[in-house]
Amino acid sequence: MSRLPFRKLCTAAAAAAFVAIATPAASQGTIRIGEINSYKAQPAFLEPYKKGMQLAVDEINASGGVNGKQLELITRDDNANPGDAVRLAEELVSREKVDVLTGSFLSHIGLALTDFAKQKKVFFLAGEPLTDKIVWQNGNRYTFRLRPSTYMQVAMLMPETAALKKKRWAIVYPNYEYGQSAAATFKQLLKAAQPDVEIVAEQAPPLGKIDAGATVQALAAAKPDAIFSALFGADLSKFVREGNTRGLFKGREVVSLLTGEPEYLDPLKDEAPNGWLVTGYPWYAIQTPEHKAFVAAYRKAFNDHPRLGSVVGYSSIKSLAAGMKKAKSTETEKMIAAFSGLQVDTPFGKITYRPEDHQSTMGGYVGRTKNDGGKGVMVDFRYVDGAKVLPPGAEAKKLRPAD
Amino acid sequence: MDALASFVAQLLNGLAGASSLFLVAAGLSLIFGVTRIVNFAHGSFYMVGIYVAYSAVAWIGEGPGYWPALLVAAVAVGIVGALVEILLLRRIYHAPELFQLLATFALVLVIKDAALWLWGPEELLGPRAPGLRGSVAILGRQFPAYDLFLIVVGPLVLGLLWLLLTRTRFGTLVRAATQDREMVGALGVNQAWLFTAVFALGAMLAGLGGALQLPREPATLELDLHTIGAAFVVVVVGGMGSIPGAYVAALLIAELKAICIWLGVVEIAGVAISFSKLTLVVEFVVMAVVLVVRPWGLLGRPQAAPRQGGAIEAPLRAPDSLAKAATAALVLALVALPAISSQSPYVVVLAVDILIAVLFATSLHFIMGPAGMHSFGHAAYFGLGAYGAAILLKATGAPMLAVLAAAPLVAAAGAVVVGWFSVRLSGVYLAMLTLAFAQIAWAIVYQWDAFTGGSNGLTGVWPPEWLADKRAYYALTLALVLAGVFVLRRILHAPFGYAMRAARDSVLRADAIGIDVKRVQWVAFVIAGLFAGLAGALFAFSKGSISPESLHVGKSVDGLVMVLLGGIQTLAGPVVGAALFTWLHDTVARSTEYWRAMLGGIILILVLLFPQGVAGFARQVVYGRRDARSER
Repeated sequence: MSRLPFRKLCTAAAAAAFVAIATPAASQGTIRIGEINSYKAQPAFLEPYKKGMQLAVDEINASGGVNGKQLELITRDDNANPGDAVRLAEELVSREKVDVLTGSFLSHIGLALTDFAKQKKVFFLAGEPLTDKIVWQNGNRYTFRLRPSTYMQVAMLMPETAALKKKRWAIVYPNYEYGQSAAATFKQLLKAAQPDVEIVAEQAPPLGKIDAGATVQALAAAKPDAIFSALFGADLSKFVREGNTRGLFKGREVVSLLTGEPEYLDPLKDEAPNGWLVTGYPWYAIQTPEHKAFVAAYRKAFNDHPRLGSVVGYSSIKSLAAGMKKAKSTETEKMIAAFSGLQVDTPFGKITYRPEDHQSTMGGYVGRTKNDGGKGVMVDFRYVDGAKVLPPGAEAKKLRPAD
Repeated sequence: MDALASFVAQLLNGLAGASSLFLVAAGLSLIFGVTRIVNFAHGSFYMVGIYVAYSAVAWIGEGPGYWPALLVAAVAVGIVGALVEILLLRRIYHAPELFQLLATFALVLVIKDAALWLWGPEELLGPRAPGLRGSVAILGRQFPAYDLFLIVVGPLVLGLLWLLLTRTRFGTLVRAATQDREMVGALGVNQAWLFTAVFALGAMLAGLGGALQLPREPATLELDLHTIGAAFVVVVVGGMGSIPGAYVAALLIAELKAICIWLGVVEIAGVAISFSKLTLVVEFVVMAVVLVVRPWGLLGRPQAAPRQGGAIEAPLRAPDSLAKAATAALVLALVALPAISSQSPYVVVLAVDILIAVLFATSLHFIMGPAGMHSFGHAAYFGLGAYGAAILLKATGAPMLAVLAAAPLVAAAGAVVVGWFSVRLSGVYLAMLTLAFAQIAWAIVYQWDAFTGGSNGLTGVWPPEWLADKRAYYALTLALVLAGVFVLRRILHAPFGYAMRAARDSVLRADAIGIDVKRVQWVAFVIAGLFAGLAGALFAFSKGSISPESLHVGKSVDGLVMVLLGGIQTLAGPVVGAALFTWLHDTVARSTEYWRAMLGGIILILVLLFPQGVAGFARQVVYGRRDARSER
């Protein structure tokens, strides 16, 4: 081979590469929503989430779009890495020319995008990440959040938890921000409601790598009256199976965050515990008309039942559309103004984005788990409105840095 | 009395955990010992084992069919392993050292997406084992019957492997190959089939380890990466190629974890210490301590001088006019890039990421290639630089350029400490010690909420106004990266660079001509850390935020992949590899849903086409004929 063709080849390849990354993909007359999430890292939650978004986009476009324009959703996978997420955000803003940003599941990615939104003055709706910091300590005027935060989830459980009148508590949580702040909030709120409680054991296994046998035994050794858990996913499955085998839950109350979500309760199958006090999503038993309509539409579109992720994805898009309609624009400043106090109809009913801390008042369901013939379900549940468990707006505002 | 009973019961838990750990590690140790392949896909075999077992049990049905189903899963994974060896690895045994790691990395990506496609995203919790569903009362505690079974299985498999290795002809060959594979080949043993058999056996053990976990944990897509780290630690702590060592190491680590959990939160001198949080990193602490005290693991023996399959690396040559012209053209193109691409602003955004990756990979190549020290924990310095920058900026409010100058020093300081310990080791033990230190650094950053922001990291690390425009930041990055790459290159052609290469090629001869080998290696380590730190600091300011991912093992592996993809034996290798990998990742992730499999597939194709790396291949094409002529 002579040298020249090889160099030509290189040039051609470089040119092709350049064209491939340089081709802009703008189309006129649509509203472009840029969405970033950890699809491959968290598929159990995010596949239903993506379907929920798709359903909302289709519904809105079928009814004529927003402000006379069709919605266009552009999703990106951040590989569960905040650095990638920021790069993709820049790509969506600079190349895809999206009007707003939404998405994120993991707290640290949510926070990185929150900060990006502030720096680049882009409107960002955080759908799923739970960390309190997105709307409080690290909150900024460009960022709003849909889902109830860790604080809210714990607070929802508090009335029933305090009513148990148990004194000796053991707590277990995954060792990262969500688990740590869930545990801290739990201790703080429970001590306020019931000053004589005692935390007799505390275990913080690494996320996804719980040594369930040893952890269960350590909790049992402390002889607690009740247990608080913030575990989810594979950690929860292992914990429940070991706990059942070793009799940890016998005669003890268990309060468990997120366990009633189908994403985490379904895989337990015949291990599903009885009588745990949990937050979750009993899609099979919610009888409100707006939710029934949502389930019917979801089933029709995907031939599958919704998960909590579906509701989050669906409501994110509905929120953005409602905001754009109110703002009569997609311009950042107008969107911020529109989202302050914006009311949105979601499958969980009407929610409001609070002007003081940009948190939506979407709530959650609190109930007891039941092993119904080898399948976990939630029973005796009630819907807790997010507004009832949030600190008053003026107080929440003090938690935020000045804009 | 009760405290003692609970302690003893925790030790029993540790025994069960040790068996699980040993089964995965034993296979890895065999493969490692004989083929010297750093089999990154071993965790994937384990994951596939548990998935296949789940399906096999569902298919055969619970009841008496349960146990055969587990064996079917193990055998199936063994077959997969054999196929991987025959179709893929066999073709690249003669590539430069470590290159096989790149192939197994690609396999991890492909297998993960294949599992997602086959079994779906939800985790799958298998049924309990028939006959061992319940628990047994021990010391007044309910202990799962299945865990008792596992406690027996570990030593049983250990005994069977020991018999296989010491009492059969196959075992003799395996042991001989572990010590000197060329000699085994010279004595007329069909190496190809020996390697295939060992690889299949190792994969089968991993599959069995996974299948036996079916009653204990759900099959999830994270199991591969969660398993591989611990398995490597066990192999290295035990001593490479030593099966009893692997069991001892598994026992040590599992028991220490159980004790940490047993301790829970303890108040020492008024400070509450959560020992359960230590389980995050305990295996890496063990590995660091063991390697510092016993450089060949607990039951390992000093490695024989490695005789590699790959060709010996040619000496570095000064760039000729063609290379100089090409470099000049590339630099000109990079300088002009913002102007050329003004219509598509994302090009500059991506180019900043590529440039940072180039500097990171070049600094890694600096110690991996010319200095011959394979660092598996290079992300530590990248992360130290990034966190150094973020914390200095937020704590002191110093101007960004001052921070940018100071942050690499933080990384270099880290490299001074790690390097001092690491240069006392060699080969894979050195690599694993760097990994251990990096994971310890990661765990500290991940936990130290008040200082590093914990798992959330730090935000608000933006450059000042005049660099806010991406094009301005690109110009700064380009200048610093070019300078960094140039300086690293210059060092390699300076007397110090010759000393480094001499120390790599022969420690004894280098020592005999008066080179202080350890000191040269140590300094090389620090220089590489310094420039990785600079890359990290540039990264922090380009993203505005920094999180523990930046010093996680995943980042270190990315660095290795870049260097190997480009070609470890060329100076252009890391540059080409970093650019290619970053660009591929960006493009592929956007264009298809199963992007991981596609990325893995592309890397596999590149691996098979260019066993010298992409830049290595290009060099062969351009210079190969001239080399041949000059040799004549």
